[in-house]
Amino acid sequence: MSKFVIIGNGVAAAGCIEGIRSIDKESEITVISAEKHPVYSRPLISYYLEGKTTLEKMNYRSEDFYEKNKAELVYASAEKIDLKKGEVAFGSKKTKFDKLCIAAGSSPFVPPMDGLDSVKEKFTFMTMDDSLALEKALKKDSRVLIVGAGLIGLKCAEGILERVGSVTVVDLADRVLSSILDNECAAVMQKHLESKGMKFLLSDSVAKLETDKAVMKSGKTVEFDVLVLAVGVRANTQLAKDAGAEVNRGIIIDTKMQTTLENVYAAGDCTEGYDSSIDANRVLAILPNAYMQGFCAGVNMAGGDSSITNAIPMNSIGFFGLHCTSAGSYFAQGEGEVYEEKSCGGIKRLYIKDNKLTGYIIIGDVTGAGIYTRIIREKTDLSGVNIDKLKNNATLAMFLPETRRKMLGGVV
Amino acid sequence: MKRVYVNEKWCLGCHLCEYNCAFANSGMTDMVKALKDKPIYPRVHIEQSDDITYAVSCRHCKDPLCVKSCIAGAISIVDGVVKIDKTKCVGCLTCVLVCPYGAVRPGPTGAAQKCELCLENSCGEPACVKGCPNNAIVYEERQEEK
Repeated sequence: MSKFVIIGNGVAAAGCIEGIRSIDKESEITVISAEKHPVYSRPLISYYLEGKTTLEKMNYRSEDFYEKNKAELVYASAEKIDLKKGEVAFGSKKTKFDKLCIAAGSSPFVPPMDGLDSVKEKFTFMTMDDSLALEKALKKDSRVLIVGAGLIGLKCAEGILERVGSVTVVDLADRVLSSILDNECAAVMQKHLESKGMKFLLSDSVAKLETDKAVMKSGKTVEFDVLVLAVGVRANTQLAKDAGAEVNRGIIIDTKMQTTLENVYAAGDCTEGYDSSIDANRVLAILPNAYMQGFCAGVNMAGGDSSITNAIPMNSIGFFGLHCTSAGSYFAQGEGEVYEEKSCGGIKRLYIKDNKLTGYIIIGDVTGAGIYTRIIREKTDLSGVNIDKLKNNATLAMFLPETRRKMLGGVV
Repeated sequence: MKRVYVNEKWCLGCHLCEYNCAFANSGMTDMVKALKDKPIYPRVHIEQSDDITYAVSCRHCKDPLCVKSCIAGAISIVDGVVKIDKTKCVGCLTCVLVCPYGAVRPGPTGAAQKCELCLENSCGEPACVKGCPNNAIVYEERQEEK
């Protein structure tokens, strides 16, 4: 019998519990959760504001999840990891561990801003509680200013647009969704968002806040009632760092999810793990990655043997019915071939280099996009793929007949 | 576990499987009323490569990426069958992003849908298989390749 402790209670923790239980049905598991909720789907907080889900439906797992998995759930903040004693301290208590998984997630980064204290209604947008607090402040005629045109800022904007008077989004970058879209695709998405009523101030930032007015670097001013800060997130690495683990932008993990410390694993948004699309470590703060890393860590903690060597950045995000999927990495003009196709209201761009698809973005009809994601993840050599068919449509028709027959003919 | 498999050699490309699938999952008893003059949302689709056609539907993978990637926790495996809880799905299409076969697509409400082997609809067995005029789609147990 072993004793397992998981710090954090998000999707990575759920994956870790399920990973442990795929090998070890009996050993004790303690989950230390700073948020006072059973595991829920964090990315759904904007869908909640939009009325597309409910607090109940946001539960990531069934009500009996912890009971069924014989996991004890404790609502407290983990304060210290004592490696010598094999203990985690939380509140006034301590718990022993044989194997530990840090799935502590990330926190909103709030940059120092002149006059921020003068703003009464200010929010970050990361947790269920953030979403509920923001909801309370929204009125039909609220003027909302969102700082950050990334995934979090824009999903927030979509979620509240119909419930408020106006939404203005400001970002230092020259385009929306700069972490996942190139210039061409960002322009298409921005146009769509503007057609729905969002306003943008790009290549600009807040210089000063005065109660209900933001003065931009450019000199423009924006009056607002509610301020949402969605500049970015930072991995929660402090506990691991204090315990002596190697930490960069996230907690460094190997392909088995082990940190540089013995018996200590980490998973999810707090980590910096291997990204096969750039052949280097990187923080890949996406939900699928969190679950898979958690599961992998759990298997290894319980004595199994699992590793992840093919993680890549990938995203699926939609706004007001216009979908966007993207994966892999893009390169600068001239370094390879960029195939572009424009359709009604949409765009598709495929990045092809050294006989490999390195990345892609589709806005609009995303049917079959997973096939592109697959050949990026598997680093498929395109000599075995019909390039014209690949460009035309994401279907299995791009593969050689015998490859396709194998894909469809057996148990996978 | 029994799964749906396609035999390219026999597929005529008639698309009947798509209509039978859409009807079986429509919840209606009259095929004409269910499908006529409406956009259809089948969970199996015919693809064409040169002069070859074949049907594609969910493979019910043993280690499915869609289940692990779903941001709403709406996809699960029940007795080997990969299922989507439509009431939890928010239509983000992360499952479409990761499905290596292109077998998951949005349905009429925007929620994702895919083949669930007709085990719970009125057909009771895969409608695509039952209605295929040339036995190009079969429902059978196959062994994992070693």
